[in-house]
Amino acid sequence: MTLVTDAPAEVGAVQAYTATLIIRRFDPDVDAEPYWQDFDVEVYSTDRVLDALHKIKWEQDGSLTFRRSCAHGICGSDAMRINGKNRLACKTLIKDLDISKPIYVEAIKGLPLEKDLIVDMEPFFESYRSINPFLMATSKPEKGKERVQSVVARERFDDTTKCILCAACTSSCPVFWTDGQYFGPAAIVNAHRFIFDDRDEGAQVRLDILNDKEGVWRCRTTFNCSEACPRGIQVTQAIAEVKQAILRGKP
Amino acid sequence: MTEPYESTTVDGVRYHQFDVVIVGAGGAGMRAAIEAGPKARTAVISKLYPTRSHTGAAQGGMAAALANVEEDNWEWHTFDTVKGGDYLVDQDAAEILAKEAIDAVIDLENMGLPFNRTPEGKIDQRRFGGHTRDHGKAPVRRACYAADRTGHMILQTLFQNCVKLGINFFNEFYVLDLVMTGDKPSGVVAYELSTGELHVFQAKAIVFATGGFGKIYKTTSNAHTLTGDGVGIIWRKGLPLEDMEFFQFHPTGLAGLGILLTEGARGEGAILRNASGERFMERYAPTIKDLAPRDIVSRCMVQEVAEGRGAGPHKDYVLLDCTHLGAEILETKLPDITEFARTYLGVDPVVEPVPVMPTAHYAMGGIPTNVKAEVLRDNDTVVPGLYAAGECACVSVHGSNRLGTNSLLDINVFGKRAGNNAVEYAATVDFTPLPDDPAAGIRSLIESLRNSTGTERIAAIRKELQDHMDRSAQVFRTEESLTEVTKVIHDLRERYKNIAIQDHGKRFNTDLLEAIELGFLLDLAEVVVFSARNRKESRGGHMRDDYPNRDDANYMKHTMAYLTGDPHSADAADHIRLDWKPVTITRYEPMERKY
Repeated sequence: MTLVTDAPAEVGAVQAYTATLIIRRFDPDVDAEPYWQDFDVEVYSTDRVLDALHKIKWEQDGSLTFRRSCAHGICGSDAMRINGKNRLACKTLIKDLDISKPIYVEAIKGLPLEKDLIVDMEPFFESYRSINPFLMATSKPEKGKERVQSVVARERFDDTTKCILCAACTSSCPVFWTDGQYFGPAAIVNAHRFIFDDRDEGAQVRLDILNDKEGVWRCRTTFNCSEACPRGIQVTQAIAEVKQAILRGKP
Repeated sequence: MTEPYESTTVDGVRYHQFDVVIVGAGGAGMRAAIEAGPKARTAVISKLYPTRSHTGAAQGGMAAALANVEEDNWEWHTFDTVKGGDYLVDQDAAEILAKEAIDAVIDLENMGLPFNRTPEGKIDQRRFGGHTRDHGKAPVRRACYAADRTGHMILQTLFQNCVKLGINFFNEFYVLDLVMTGDKPSGVVAYELSTGELHVFQAKAIVFATGGFGKIYKTTSNAHTLTGDGVGIIWRKGLPLEDMEFFQFHPTGLAGLGILLTEGARGEGAILRNASGERFMERYAPTIKDLAPRDIVSRCMVQEVAEGRGAGPHKDYVLLDCTHLGAEILETKLPDITEFARTYLGVDPVVEPVPVMPTAHYAMGGIPTNVKAEVLRDNDTVVPGLYAAGECACVSVHGSNRLGTNSLLDINVFGKRAGNNAVEYAATVDFTPLPDDPAAGIRSLIESLRNSTGTERIAAIRKELQDHMDRSAQVFRTEESLTEVTKVIHDLRERYKNIAIQDHGKRFNTDLLEAIELGFLLDLAEVVVFSARNRKESRGGHMRDDYPNRDDANYMKHTMAYLTGDPHSADAADHIRLDWKPVTITRYEPMERKY
């Protein structure tokens, strides 16, 4: 009993067509400057942008370089600028773009460009590490038991637990583009995740860190981050809640 | 945190020393690091950033008999694990898994993991396939969960605690070889992706936690990066691999795409239906129905489709019906899978059933270890200082079929054991001297690939492999199908010698990376198929249409595969030797497996 499940469901109804991807290329070992390169590639409208990038890499130009892993929006590897907006390539379907026009793909902004669509993530993770992204608690739960937390208290920080550290928010932020010292939305989101967790006792430490001149007050509430977040986190709201907590002096 | 030893550069190769080196930064690797890091100089080497690891894609839960919401105990959990694995489970290991599960969950909560809570504020628990009350009487709520992103929360929590402990990570370093000095492991060789430079990490103890190899299949829930590198390295060293024929096909992959929809959906009450709307699992597993173990449900789904009861225009999938659960359950307990169905199939689970088919999900087999996570070189002898944990390892707690939520458990229990035992061992020994130029083999592999002038495309070979593995070595197998795919793999291995890559640079050469990964995939697919041909019975995840019954008289034993002779010889039988290893049976005599 062998069986081949080839095509996506309903694929019979979907026509393949030729899409043009215009990709910002750069290999600092060879190129003086980044440049745009066109590729025509046959895709289905239900394909992901990541599928189109793979087709190019696998069938046309093996040197095209990008990060990816899970391919369904969980690992956070493939944040990139697609038609000027930060998105995950694996969560952006071709049909959700304007298919009458070419698709522009470039690396996310504000982090050092390494090659093609790959940026250096170290400054991003450095910022993340600086807000103490771990539970700070001196109280010891009863040995062999969980800390008790109410359903409501757990819900309070649920939204910011969804972060996958893809950097789509931080690298969409105009403040971060002009001031690389700014902590950026992702670090604040991860601080929020602990500040509003009632098991945590380190809120004051984090609020002090984020009260810095490169902290939350740099946020200009442009909402780019909320729009960019592939997990649907209300990033701007989280930043606003951290600002209010600083003013209140407590979560 | 302990400061690393100084590193040196010799002939362009960077040399590092660490007491403990952990290869892989998923759940098992980081759980090991949390044990080893505070006690010894520890490095974690990963081909990805740690938070990209595929532990993060696990959804439904982590099993532990906490009994927070109803009566439960670890002995029932042990029994379910043994029966779920169709009695090929080593029962001493299953008992450890079930007993230590409770502390493993509490550890994570204490580290900060935001589990869903009961009204009393305790960790909430849900039902999952094969987990039952009192030896099969009814489903039990045993899976601790955080919505349908439990793996994400585990990965984040472990990473957060590694940050707290100041663990040394070498991110985007691709480990390509285990260095052996005589028969003792002395280090690993890694390729730094950003620069193309080679590094040798000399270590007193080495932990492999490199995950699975689902990319031997086309339809898979696995990440693109799950190419079995760690398992392949061990294989190429002549060390055995255990039970490689047992691969799990998760019932509910999004049809055509393979993206995982958690079994937790059925745990919350979702139902599988065929084209006529029939709840077909009632016919196959009358007691626990849709919550039968994965191997059984996957076979039933394929059988429904093969007998013409599939849904859709091509009758090639079945339907996961969540519509009766209501929007609130879907949005609060299953939000991610609800979004996956909407995003990738344009189907809203709130109002319509979701097309699903089995997807290659998990390797039960892998690097054989004992319950201390020590790697075995044969049935009894350990390789001193070498450990493995997580999906790359075979303890064996999963036997021929893993129960859902037992893998997030496995990585925590055996990751912790691997870390503890590695650091304990490292404290008792000196560094084993490295052989001369330990990176020589990898340097020549990389140079030959980078300068390749062949004509074959990597992607074309990989696609053929994956297509044929789906067709011939998936849920149902026969001598005929396995013979066919054996020939295909042989031809593809020949063609692989003639590949070309187009990126000849050093910086982030992912073209080169994919070429090396394909080599591992081809090696492992060959072992999977060769082991599958040899097991002329049906058990757990290995279903032979031509031998449909379990045959305890002849096959109640683990497969042990060894690479011998010339790995490039044409016939697999010329370079693979198969042997057997007894199953450890303690409490439970094998019985017929009915649900």
